[in-house]
Amino acid sequence: MDKIVALGVKKKFRLKQSQKANRSSSASNEVEVLNGLNLRVREGEFLVLVGPSGSGKSVFLDIIGGLTTASGGAVYIDDKLVDGPSSKSAYVFQQYALFPWRTALSNIEFGMENQGIQKEERTDRAQKWMQKFGLSGFEDRFPYQLSGGMQQRVAIARALARNPEVLLMDEPFAALDSQTRETLQEELIRTWEEGERTTVVFVTHSIDEAVFLADRVVVVTARPAEIKEIIEIDLPRPRDANTRSSCEFTANRHKVWEALKLEVSRAQQESQLAAAR
Amino acid sequence: MSEEALSIKSEEKSQFIELPSLASLRRAVPSWLYGVPLVLAFFVLWEALPRLGVIDPMFLPTFSETIRTLAHLLASGRLLADIGASLERALIGFILAVFFAVPLGFLMGWYRTFEKYTDLLVQGLRNTSTFALMPIFLLFFGLGESSKIAIIFYSASWHLLINTISGVRSIDPIYIKAAKSMGVSDKDLFHKIILPASIPAIVSGARLGVKIAFMVVIAAEMIGAKSGLGFFIQNAQFNFLIPEMYAGVLTLAIIGLAMNYLLVWIERKATYWKGDLDSAILG
Repeated sequence: MDKIVALGVKKKFRLKQSQKANRSSSASNEVEVLNGLNLRVREGEFLVLVGPSGSGKSVFLDIIGGLTTASGGAVYIDDKLVDGPSSKSAYVFQQYALFPWRTALSNIEFGMENQGIQKEERTDRAQKWMQKFGLSGFEDRFPYQLSGGMQQRVAIARALARNPEVLLMDEPFAALDSQTRETLQEELIRTWEEGERTTVVFVTHSIDEAVFLADRVVVVTARPAEIKEIIEIDLPRPRDANTRSSCEFTANRHKVWEALKLEVSRAQQESQLAAAR
Repeated sequence: MSEEALSIKSEEKSQFIELPSLASLRRAVPSWLYGVPLVLAFFVLWEALPRLGVIDPMFLPTFSETIRTLAHLLASGRLLADIGASLERALIGFILAVFFAVPLGFLMGWYRTFEKYTDLLVQGLRNTSTFALMPIFLLFFGLGESSKIAIIFYSASWHLLINTISGVRSIDPIYIKAAKSMGVSDKDLFHKIILPASIPAIVSGARLGVKIAFMVVIAAEMIGAKSGLGFFIQNAQFNFLIPEMYAGVLTLAIIGLAMNYLLVWIERKATYWKGDLDSAILG
């Protein structure tokens, strides 16, 4: 069953008066970021979008989350048109986006405050989440007192505490050092595998990350973005730290890289063109 | 050298007095205490120069005489009444400014269209010196309470307004995005995100606003008033009551200093979540 359906999703941005975009050899003051994306996300799957920088993957995620409207086409969650943020979806950002004036615990509670859940239960649930991510004892800390990895755990907990049916993650681990990154990948996938199997749409640059986490990897072209290829990842679950060293991992990784590398060089060419003008 | 020679046996140790290390001594002293020597030197100078005739004691009474005059004035209650009048005017004017400028600042900061129409007038008025406008205030409101309060309200408003606008504008858009992604209503967006995020900027504006309010009230009282600390100082100078004048100025300095530290403390409390720059650098 398809949880999320994207049909012909397009997105254009208009630039300021003086700015011009360079596409191939013509200049215009509109940037076409998404060029008719068609995608079906199955219920309960972990889908990862991989593509070159600036290819509009994050914009696509915003559209699914109802934070931006598409210039053309539409997205449906459970066959209902997305026209604003839905209580069914939750979002995790690269910059953590924890509210600095609230404690870690209070941040997790935030997501539940508009779901009609009583204060006591909010606190209770939030504490359980902190325990689950190994953050007990840090409830009263403010974000500035937490490391990047801890902040992102809190951010993920904040999203999951809402019991979302759809979890949108926009390069959540990109701002972390590689050791913390791998640890959090493992924690995330374990939490997901043991839990309700929320439908996840995850955006990343990292092929390793994509292959490690995903059921399917969607390779997105350079701007204007289209779906280039969808690759089924045939790695068994549960996945853990050992998965990365397996031969199957390397084989899958190779498949993704083959599909991606042409797009990466195309994207780089475009930015060289822009610099040349 | 053998290890036995190096280590001091425990019985021998107890015979030595434990001296505090220099570092722990340094930590025990509050920071403002370091400023005391220079201030004392200032007072000593104030005492000595008129005494020695280097400065004419008619124009600068000694520090001790000033203190005596101050004590006398406080006892008689007159000075306290004037201090009270000044503080009351400054406070009322300031509170009115808060109720006016902060909401306006939110509107101008959040709604770009609103700001488009109001910005030119705001910039024009803001850059006109308050002191230049004082005769106008006195003309319209007379010499009574309302003219002082009006001037204070006017001048304190600008800092509050500018800082509130800046506070709203400088909210990292990711917080808004994060809140919206959780389906937060507009009302909640304001109360839970915009308001707490702008508080540090508003408090910073308030701190400047209070300083301006106090400065302006004294100046306004000097120009046209029948009470207040500014009036007192001006009146003393006019009637050649020089020690009284200096007593008034000293009072002004002390109040200003106390107010400054109070505001700094309040500002620190309001920005508890920003984290020290020091700890960010030092880890």
